[in-house]
Formats: sequence, structure tokens, C-alpha cells
Amino acid sequence: MSSESRAAKAAKIRQTLAAEGEAVAANTKGFNEGRYESVGGLDDYEGLKERARAIKEDAIERLPELIEQVRASVEANGGTVYLADDAADANRYIAEVVADRDADTLVKSKSMTTEEIEVNDHLEARGTDVWETDLGEFVLQVADEAPSHIVAPAIHKSREGIAELFNAHFEPDEPLETAEELTQFAREYLGERIEEAEVGMTGANFVAADTGTLALVTSEGNARKTVQATDTHVAVAGVEKLVPNLRDLHPFVELIGRSGTGQDITSYISLFSPPGESPTVEFDGEAPLSEQDADREFHLVLLDNGRMAMREDDQLRETLYCIRCSACANSCANFQQVGGHAFGGETYSGGIATGWEAGVHGEDSASEFNDLCTGCSRCVNQCPVKIDIPWINTVVRDRLNREGAPSEFEFLVDGLSPDAEPSGLDIQKRFFGNFGTLAKLGSATAPLSNWLASADASRRLLERFVGIDSRRELPSFERETLVEWFADRGPRVGPEAADREAVLYPDVYTNHIQTERGKAAVRTLEALGVRVRVPEAPESGRAPLSQGMVATADELASETYAALAEHVDAGRDVVVIEPSDLAMFHREYERLLPEAAHERLADASYEVMEYVYGLLENGAPGDALAGGDGERVAYHSHCQQRTLGLAGHTEAVLEALDYDVLTSDVECCGMAGSFGYKSEYYDLSRAVGEDLGEQFREPDARDRTVVASGTSCLEQLDSLLSRPSRHPVQLVDPGR
Amino acid sequence: MSAKATDEFEESLEGLGVTWSRTTAAAFEATLADAVTGPAVGVGLPFEGVSLAGTDVTSDPTPAELDAAATGVTAAEFAIADYGSVVLRPDAPGTEPVALYPERHVAVLAESDVVPDMETAFGRLADAMTDEAGDAIIATGPSATADMGSLVKGAHGPKDVHVVVLEDR
Ligand code: SF4
Repeated sequence: MSSESRAAKAAKIRQTLAAEGEAVAANTKGFNEGRYESVGGLDDYEGLKERARAIKEDAIERLPELIEQVRASVEANGGTVYLADDAADANRYIAEVVADRDADTLVKSKSMTTEEIEVNDHLEARGTDVWETDLGEFVLQVADEAPSHIVAPAIHKSREGIAELFNAHFEPDEPLETAEELTQFAREYLGERIEEAEVGMTGANFVAADTGTLALVTSEGNARKTVQATDTHVAVAGVEKLVPNLRDLHPFVELIGRSGTGQDITSYISLFSPPGESPTVEFDGEAPLSEQDADREFHLVLLDNGRMAMREDDQLRETLYCIRCSACANSCANFQQVGGHAFGGETYSGGIATGWEAGVHGEDSASEFNDLCTGCSRCVNQCPVKIDIPWINTVVRDRLNREGAPSEFEFLVDGLSPDAEPSGLDIQKRFFGNFGTLAKLGSATAPLSNWLASADASRRLLERFVGIDSRRELPSFERETLVEWFADRGPRVGPEAADREAVLYPDVYTNHIQTERGKAAVRTLEALGVRVRVPEAPESGRAPLSQGMVATADELASETYAALAEHVDAGRDVVVIEPSDLAMFHREYERLLPEAAHERLADASYEVMEYVYGLLENGAPGDALAGGDGERVAYHSHCQQRTLGLAGHTEAVLEALDYDVLTSDVECCGMAGSFGYKSEYYDLSRAVGEDLGEQFREPDARDRTVVASGTSCLEQLDSLLSRPSRHPVQLVDPGR
Repeated sequence: MSAKATDEFEESLEGLGVTWSRTTAAAFEATLADAVTGPAVGVGLPFEGVSLAGTDVTSDPTPAELDAAATGVTAAEFAIADYGSVVLRPDAPGTEPVALYPERHVAVLAESDVVPDMETAFGRLADAMTDEAGDAIIATGPSATADMGSLVKGAHGPKDVHVVVLEDR
């Protein structure tokens, strides 16, 4: 990307932040909190997710068979199934149905799949009036805007904004003001449209193949009316919406509302096996309901539009399990700030949108926003079908990287990039992806490297050619690495005295930049009777992976495993300070190493405070560490650490050692490795960080010692607060 | 169903802001009279000894009567205790329009038809709908929207829901 396009991107993000940020943040954070609360009320949340996942895996595996089955069951019910290859094919068929019915008006309930094919435009061009009856969609139809969220499409609009829009557009006798008045007005206005309409169009959240039943998840009742009031029903659903049996809907019905907007269940789960026998009501007729016409027609349009190819794609297939609940959007710190207008493609938005856009519109539509996924992984545990959303983002980023043309400034990073990527990779990505090499060079030439890097001229160059925002302070490399320090000093616990043996993994930040926290970790573990070693080891691959450089990450994973395997075989535990590297060992290495290797390393590796916790639990002497004596601490755990379920250990250790701990509850600090350094994302990163900054400036927090587990979080906190911050192990360090 | 399921069902209704009354087949007419706001329309009820005939509720209404109605009375096929949901079955006599159009929906339920949870509910629906395809609405509380800037009860569907539980059915 050129510095001009970075500036343009930054400007667009700033604009979205200013215009829509406030409304988007209020709504998405509300949904996010609602989700935590609502799923907390389930007896067996994990069990339901596993079942939902298993049903989807099975359904996608047997998809061709299910398509034939649903064709038979819908036809047996009296309806028709049309399998549309792509958007044009679907639109052509739908227009024919509408023409055959001689319809002037078509009413719709909310459906993202119909947005994907842009059926409204197609029908309107042929003279049919199309009305969105979902109130959020209706607002957008009037405003002529695109959805900013896949479930609640108008979250970027405030009540005042909607009132202004309606008053200007409809010129009601009395200006509309309250949410009740706006709702009542829209209900009446759309009620008339529904009464006029001949055709009703819905999507489907699920389609049961055995009975030909559509499940529609709604709260307004507009889907029910759309179906009830019209005699011709067209349902448009992606082929991936098929599940084998009606009974399979159970886990989804319990999960979808909770995962999305945090409602235990939406007002209506409509199960329609159309055409059905409910009488259509002709309001100008005289006959009682039982004598009204129930001569209904039904068309199920199953849309392929790239989905069958996604099914064949080992990396994108998981996307098809998605039930579009929006949890991955609501739990995403970046999405919470800008919403789907910035974090979205042609149709879909949020974390999983990269998979959908790449699959249905092509990778270019994903390239616009793919980088907004920082891989923080907060969405992973929130997804009701357990999709590894960050991985899909990484894979698509890798594919996009391979499309780029070589840059004329490549020579700037050439020397430090022994990576496995093609030339043409964006120079900024190559720079951050090779951070391990850069750090080595930085330490070897420190302090010169630090002077050079902080000189105004170099900062300007870095900003212009690499896109590193000059408002960020660059990390300062230590001349003596942690590994060198330890080699000089040697272990202090002899083999006979040792209760356990551990290797402290010298992650690139601890080894080259934050060496103090490494030394603190060594002293802490030794005080608890552990014989520690700090061997040379490569960067874990986290840095290149975060830039979508999968091949490079893959090589580094193998090298890291090679460097640690002998220690693991010798029964030594692997202790990791940087949570993002530990997350590599536990999560991503599953995809980069052979299964047995991944399991061996994952089973043997621990986050440093988790390890301390285990030692204390097993009787190691807590009084060998620095106690808090009531010291007040504000703790920010790390996003990936929380996904691994390891935040509680730090709190428990600090509390056991008499620290008074307050923990932040934001999803992510916003720095996310390289993200906050990138000039196009600086403002967004700061906006995300500000949530954390605010929490730590509260009256109960502002005098507390600040600690954080991740390097990025520490950097972000340092830039947000006037107090310094450090790693929790530095608090308990007996040498403190 | 067990008294426990009914208790849980009523507790769930409370949380949803749905009102309810308990009655018997013999006392049904009086209970219903209290539960409806006129004018009211309804569809025939399938419970033995229970009928709309002796009430002010108009059975099998014309479209004009439906349009003018303040309350719609229908049967609920069953209810789901832990969610406070009633399950409606759209049918030829018009359960769906009667339950959907008027501002207030009164669902009449046999106490023996309260099932404990969603899993049981789907077992029951699957059994019924595999034999003969049909429609079902799992309705939980009134219709609602948050699309206009804050939560509003009563969007396209009913604003109030009331459940009449028949203790001896
Ligand atoms: S990927 Fe998962 S969390 Fe995101 S919308 Fe789809 S189902 Fe929901």
C-alpha cells in the first residue's frame, strides 16, 4: 500500500469513527455484555456449541444429499425448489415468479442473503415495488444506506437521526420523536404495504431437509406477517442453511439469540413448512377466515454463489458453518468502534465477513477490511459453532498477500527478510512479519539502532515507506539479550535441589526489549525451586502469521519445535511470558505442526503466572516471592491469554500474595502487535485503547499500580496513562 | 405436566412481562372475560368442555372483524417452561392471523401441555411435523424491536400477551 492509500484509509476510518462510532459502540457493547450474561444462564453452553458444530459439519459434508432430500420434502409439501448457481440466476428466477404472479408489490423480511444477490435492485428495475418490513432495514431503505451489522442493520443510527430522516421523508402531520412513535408509524405504514403485497420474500436461518421446514428467527413479527398476508412466498437461502432434521434445530434455537443480541430467545421462532394452509386474509373481502382462500404457492431458492466451491476449500469450508449470529462482530474491539461500514465488505461485516466475502464475492471484497482483524481471538470462544475466525482471516490475508505486485521499495526490507513469502508482499507486512530478525539486528547494534530508529529522519522514512505511525514510540532494543544474560549468569538452582526443571522460552520481546521481565521470571521460578534454562530459540512465527505470512510462520513453527523438543522430551516444562506466543503453541501450531508435535508442546507449555500458580498450589513457598502487603493493582490481561482461559491464574497468584487486584473487562487493548503502529490504523487503535485507558483512570483505579501480561498491552497502556506499567511477574519477583 | 414445570413456566412469563391466569374448564368463560379487551376475535379451542361459544369473543371472524379486534384468542399447542414460550400452530381456521394482528394475544393452554425445556419441545415438534408437515410458531413474549433507538414492545405483532392455563386439562 502506498503512503497515499494509507492516508486515505486512515481518513475513512476517522470519518466512520466520528460519524457512527458512538451509536455503534453503545449497541455492540450492549449486545456483547448481553451475550456473556445470557449464555451464562445456560446449563450446558459448551455442550450445545459442540452439538451445533457437529450438526453443521455433518450437514456440509452431506450437502449434495441434503439438497436432494429437501427438494423431495418441499415438493411433497406442495412447494418448489430452485437451486441457483449465482446471484444472476437467483434474480432471474425470482423475477419470473414475481412476473407470473403479476405482482406489483413485494414485501420482505430481513435477509442478508437477499442483500448478497441485490434482489431489490433487480426487481425494482423491473417495476416491482419492494419493501423491507424489518424496521431496521426499513430505516436503511428510506435512508438509502447499507447495513452496518448483520443482525441489527441500523445500529449506526441514533433515534434522533431516524426521527429526522422520517420527518423529512414522510412529512407526518405531527413530527415523530420517540422510539414508540417511530415504531407505530412504521408499523402502520408497512402494514399497508403488506396488505397490498402479492409476494412475500423471506430468508431462512435454517432449513430442515427432512420436513422442508424453514426456521426464521425474528422479534418484530414482520416475517410472520410477510408470510401470512401474501399468497406467494419466496424464501432465499444459502445452501449452507440446510440441516438434516427438524430436531437438529434445537441447539441453534437456544444459541442464536443469546450469541447475537444477548436475548435468551427472540420473540418468534417461526417454523414454516410452506405453502401451508393458513388463510391469506383479504381485508377487503367479506368471507370469514375459515372460508378465505388458502391457495398458496412456495418457492425455495437455494443459493450456491460460490458456496459449493467454499465447501471444497479446506480453509474456507468452516465459514459455511456460520449461522450469522454476529457474536464475532460484537465481541471484536475494532468492530465495536467502527461497525460494519468500515469493518465489512460488499454485504457481510465483522470477523467472519472475510470468509463470506472471499467465498461469495471474491477475495478483493475481503481485502478492504481484512486487516481489521488483529487475530486477538476474542471471538473464538463466542462463536456458537466454534469457528476459528482469526484463522480464516489469516488464510485470506495470505492469499491476498500473494496477489500483490513487487514494490519498488522492497530493498528497504530485503536484508532483514529471510522469509518464505513471494516478492510483492506489502512492505509493511514484510517489515512486521520479520520482527524476529529485526529484533536480532536491533540488539546486536544497540544503542545505535535505537538512536537511528528514533531520529526524526528515520521516523519520517519509516512512516512514508513502511507505514509506521510516527506518533508511536518505537520499542528500544537491549544490547544484552535475555539469553546472553542468562548464559553469563547460569542457573541458580542445582539439579539435586530442583523440584522441577523448566525452560523459559525467550520470546522475541522478552529476549530483546523487555529483558527485565525475563529476568524477573527467572528469579521468580528459581525462588520456587525450579531449575531454569533459557536456551536460544527462534521467534514462534506469531509475527509473520499476524501479517498473513503463513509459509514463514510454518517454517518458524518447525524450527521452534526443534529447539524445544529435546527439553520437552527431557521432561522440562516450557514457560512462556508473552501470551501471543503461548497461544501459538496451544492454538495455531495445531495447524502448522504434525498432530503429535503440537500436542507434546502444547501439553508441556504454560503461561508464566499460570506456572507460578501451579507451583504454589503444589506447595512451593509463596513467601519466597515479593508479597503485596495490600498493594493496589490494576491488571489488564491479554486477549489471547483470556481466550486460553488463563487470566484467572494471574489474579489468583496476586491475590494469594496479598495484592488488591482490579481487572479490566475490555476485549482487547487495541494495540494487537503491529496493528497500533500502522499509520492507517493508529486512530482506531487509540480509540479501542481509550476504553481501557478510561477504566484505569476511574477513581477506584487511578492510584493503582498498572500491570499487563502482553507486550502490546504494555506499550498501549504506556501511551495512554501517565503511570508506567509492567508485567505481573515483575511484581512478585523476589529481586524486586 | 408436573406442577414444577408450570411453576417454572409462570416464573418465565413473569420475567417476560407476560400476564397469566389459572382456571378450570368450568370457570373458563369468566376467566376469559377478564383476560380479553373487546372487541375480541378467536378460533375454536380444542380442549374438552371449553369453548368460545358462551363468551363475547367472535369465532371465525371476517377480515373486518379481525381488523377491528383489540384481542385475538387462540389455543397454544404446548408451552416451554424454561423459556416461557407458547407454541402456536398456524392452521386452516386461522390461528396465525388471529394470534398476530390484534394488539393483544390471549393463548389458552392445557396445564398438561407444559414441557420443561427446548429439547423436549423440539422432540415433540419433530414427532408431529415429521408425520405431517406443518407450521409452528414458538412465541416468547410480545413482539418487540430495538431498531428505532430503544426497546419498544409491540412492533408488527402483538404488544401484550396473556396466557390462560387450564388446570384440569
Ligand atoms: S462466525 Fe460464528 S460468531 Fe461469527 S456470525 Fe458466524 S456463527 Fe456467529
